[in-house]
Amino acid sequence: MQLGSIFLLALLEGLVSASVLALTACGLSLVFGIMRVVNVAHGEFFMLGAVLAWFTASLMPGPPALTFVAALVICPLIVGAVAALADMLVLKRLNYEPEATIVATIGLLYILQQGALTVFGPNALPVPAPLDFRLQFPGFGYSGYKIAVILAAVLLLLGLWLILTRTRIGLVMRATQIDRATARAFGINVDRVYAGVFAMGAGLAAIAAVLIVPIQQAHYLMGADPLLLSFSVVIIGGLGSLRGTVVAALLIGMVDQMIPIFMPVVFPAYGAWFTPTLAKIIATLVVALVLVFRPQGLFGKRMA
Amino acid sequence: MTNKLITPTRRTVLTGMAAGGALLATGLTPRFAQAQSSEPIKLGFQLHRTGIGAAYGRWYERTATAALKVVNDAGGINGRPVEILFEDDGTDPARGAEVFGKLATQSNCDLVFGALFSHVVIGTAPRAAELKVPYLVCSEGHHVASGMLNRWTLQPGITDVKSQVQGMAPFVTQNLGKKVAMIFPDFAFGHDHRDYFSAAVAAQGGEVIAQIAIPPTETTFTRYFPQIPAETEVIYHVMVGPAVLTFVKELGEFYGTGARPQLFGFMDSLEAVDIASPGLEFLDGSHFWEAHPRYKQADASEAETFYRTAVGVDDNGAAANDPADVATYSHMFSTWETLFIIKAAMEASGYQGAADRQKFVEALEAMTDFAEGAEHPQGAKTFNGKTHQAFGIQSISKVEGGKLVRVHQTTLEDGQYPDEVDYTTQSF
Repeated sequence: MQLGSIFLLALLEGLVSASVLALTACGLSLVFGIMRVVNVAHGEFFMLGAVLAWFTASLMPGPPALTFVAALVICPLIVGAVAALADMLVLKRLNYEPEATIVATIGLLYILQQGALTVFGPNALPVPAPLDFRLQFPGFGYSGYKIAVILAAVLLLLGLWLILTRTRIGLVMRATQIDRATARAFGINVDRVYAGVFAMGAGLAAIAAVLIVPIQQAHYLMGADPLLLSFSVVIIGGLGSLRGTVVAALLIGMVDQMIPIFMPVVFPAYGAWFTPTLAKIIATLVVALVLVFRPQGLFGKRMA
Repeated sequence: MTNKLITPTRRTVLTGMAAGGALLATGLTPRFAQAQSSEPIKLGFQLHRTGIGAAYGRWYERTATAALKVVNDAGGINGRPVEILFEDDGTDPARGAEVFGKLATQSNCDLVFGALFSHVVIGTAPRAAELKVPYLVCSEGHHVASGMLNRWTLQPGITDVKSQVQGMAPFVTQNLGKKVAMIFPDFAFGHDHRDYFSAAVAAQGGEVIAQIAIPPTETTFTRYFPQIPAETEVIYHVMVGPAVLTFVKELGEFYGTGARPQLFGFMDSLEAVDIASPGLEFLDGSHFWEAHPRYKQADASEAETFYRTAVGVDDNGAAANDPADVATYSHMFSTWETLFIIKAAMEASGYQGAADRQKFVEALEAMTDFAEGAEHPQGAKTFNGKTHQAFGIQSISKVEGGKLVRVHQTTLEDGQYPDEVDYTTQSF
């Protein structure tokens, strides 16, 4: 392969990684920014979205494109409902105390993971891609669906930004984020906002999962990686900052693909060193450095 | 008071009788006190029911259960009924050792068998030696014959990787190409492929020009493919875990409609995956190793037909009642054959109970070959008691019109190599 082709491949793979990661991490960031809840079960909402996408696609008759669009609408709603329920039944009753909610969401992680195992079984569950075409670049072929994933993620992130900045719902959410007590004094139903935000965060993870599942298949253990990477992203970007989350997702997604794809070609003698594991090590190291030197993240505001 | 003890009243006698009767009814006294050998023989099965080996686990359980029915219908072992206790190890080495302990000490199983994934086998084998309980693995790994494990661990039901790749390397270099790029999972099983296939190719005058290791839990693979050198003539791929379908699909996408090297895969890359899945069309014309052909071949033996029906697999290698549920056909025969070997070794050693475990291992070590038949549907095998390893024939199949058709079969001699250990000299 030519250097240019390899660079293009790394760029495309990096963008696919980054776009799915950005959606997932935005959900995590939203929940932390507004509710101050560190949601350890976030990866399991991702997994649940993927598994439900398989369930929807395998139950519904019709062409893959139709069942996929149905899954894209239905799955985030179901996952959001599960999350809202968890918020009302568990998190609210713990008064959103930081330590208690971490432990509670760890519990939630196991309940969701083992629940998915019990109901849907331990197998990898394939979902057919809604688009079946391949692009042939010089030196390599590329799935057309992956390009569609990048475009869909850009549109969804744009939509999220519009909701947060241009709608009344977004205004209420931002008000609650800035000062919960004052928001309540102004007649905002904070309980409902919290349930809604938790549902929205989980729903974003579910959307990301539905997008990725025709590429990767659904599996009950798939939640660990997105959780780890999402945490890296929100810590680097700044917890609660949407812009920071997107920038950090691009950074991590690119590092994750550029290092194993591009570096072995640039330094062929040391090719074996540049594994995806090295990329993860570097990402984690960046997280540690950010925590030490800029704990609020690259784009986060210093907390009072 | 003393008077009462000597001459019990009617009431105390009745109470005592009732208590004794209840004790008998609840089974607190041994039921077979006079004939211990009529109790069932209990075999523990270390099952990958969940975790990354779940697809294999599902079929290992079905195959072992089908074999158990055949054994019990024919009168069991030594005239005693046989039970299998399946216990999930989550395809995890730590859990594997715990499960082994539970089966051996709490459930009092006579022996434990059935594990496939090499990290689970390597993690569990020391526990088998500690507890002095036979451990019969169905793993393919070279770790048994290499001398890494112990006297209590044996692999009589499936050929090891070293022998498999040595048998097939000549076909690859003579028919497909001499410059090979290998893609394999980055753990013990994959390392066996890396080390022994590289050596076998070199012995044939070929060369492995790239070794690409991928973690078995990986979910995306495209990023590994640019490391395949441009001058590669054959890609040798072997992958395991839940993402195998993604792996083959992305390999096909990567080359697209452009020129690509020849493909030689280990069936592991496609186990439990329907070869007609969308995106796998590019596999047409490529070659696969199979231990046991998934698609029923034109010359299938009577034993093969019997086995296929008993396990509930159709002619295309899927569950008879669900064509989407594809079997792990190239591996699962090992649990069937291992159960019949257990039967043979228990009968040869006159196995009565836990005290005869050592006699069981010695009887198994004395075995030399297994004839093809209903008990060994995959084919004839030789068994080396010194290395605790079985050696069988291998098939190479070509994908033609969406089906795998056998184009080459190795002989028992092709897979032989000098002994690396003599377990029989080790103490129990």
